[in-house]
Amino acid sequence: MKLLTHNMLMSHVKGVTKGYPLLIKATEVKVNEVEFNPQFVSRMIPKVEWSALVKAAEELGHRQDLPAELLADYEKNEEFLKKVHKVLLEVEVIEGCLQCPESGREFPITKGIPNMLLNEDEV
Amino acid sequence: MKLKELESCLQQVDVFEEPKILLEQYPTSPHIAACMLYTIHSTFDDIEGRLVADLGCGCGVLSIGAAMLDAGLCIGFDIDDDALDIFRRNVEEFEISNVDMVQCDLCSLEPDAYGEKFDTVIMNPPFGTKHNQGMDMKFLKAALTMAKTAVYSLHKTSTREHIQKKANDWGVKMEVIAELRYDLPASYKFHKKKSVDIQVDFLRFSKA
Repeated sequence: MKLLTHNMLMSHVKGVTKGYPLLIKATEVKVNEVEFNPQFVSRMIPKVEWSALVKAAEELGHRQDLPAELLADYEKNEEFLKKVHKVLLEVEVIEGCLQCPESGREFPITKGIPNMLLNEDEV
Repeated sequence: MKLKELESCLQQVDVFEEPKILLEQYPTSPHIAACMLYTIHSTFDDIEGRLVADLGCGCGVLSIGAAMLDAGLCIGFDIDDDALDIFRRNVEEFEISNVDMVQCDLCSLEPDAYGEKFDTVIMNPPFGTKHNQGMDMKFLKAALTMAKTAVYSLHKTSTREHIQKKANDWGVKMEVIAELRYDLPASYKFHKKKSVDIQVDFLRFSKA
C-alpha cells in the first residue's frame, strides 16, 4: 500500500463519524522505485490531505523533513516534488494494519494489500 | 507503445484459477483489454500521467495495461483476495511499480468515499446477470462518484437503453465508443456450450 492510496482510505464502520485518517501500524515497509513524473506529483498535491500525508510518512520514518504546511509555488520546486513523489508513490507498507481513529477497528495489510472489508454487523 | 505490443504483453497476464460464479469472474481478454486501453489513451488521453482506478480489477489485466501506458498510478479494487493474490503476482512478474491494490466491497461504498479523487475509472464490471442483478449499475454508480473526468466500462448491449436512462438521471453524458463481441469462455460447470458470444458495448461516461 502506497501512501497516495492510504491518503484516500477511510473507515466506514457503522456509527463512526470521523474514520480518517487511518493510523498506520507497519511491521514491514519497503521503498520501491517509481519513475518520477513532476506533472503528476504537482497535480496530486492539491488533491491529497497534506497533514494526513505528512503524518503517515512520519509514522513510517520517511518524512524527510516535509513541512507541516504545504509550500507555496511547489510546482517549480523540483527537489520538493521529488520528496513528495517518494512519499506518495515509493514508500510502501507491506505488512501491518490500518487502525480506525474512532472505533479502533484494525484493517490488516497483507503482502501490500489493505483489507477494508467490513463484517455484516459493522455495515 | 503500439496496440499490438500492448496486446501481446497482456497475454502474459495470469487469470483466475477457479472463477467464482457469485462474483461473475470472467477475465477481460487481452485483445479487448488492449483495445479499450489503447482507445482511452490515444483518443481521450485519460491514462498517461493520470490517477486511475480499476473497479472489480480481478487479476489486474486492465490495471497492468494502464500502468504500461504510463498512468501516474492505477489502483485496483476488488472484493476477492484470491484474485488480488494473482494480480499481485502478475505485478511482480511484470516488474511494474505504478500500481496499487485495495480489497473492498464496492457495493457498500459510502457515497462520498473517494469523492472524485481519481481522474479516470476503468472497469469491466460484473454484467449483473444470474444471482447478481443490478450489480453492473452499482459498480457504475461507485465509479461515477470516484472519477473526476471519465468512466470507461463494458456493459451488455441489451442493457444500453436502461443505462442511457440512468446516465440521464445522474446527469452524465454517455457515449458508445464501440460495440464488441465478447467471447465468454465456458468458465463454469453450468455452461453447456464451449463458449458464447455476447454483444457488449464499450461505453464512456463523462462529467459535464
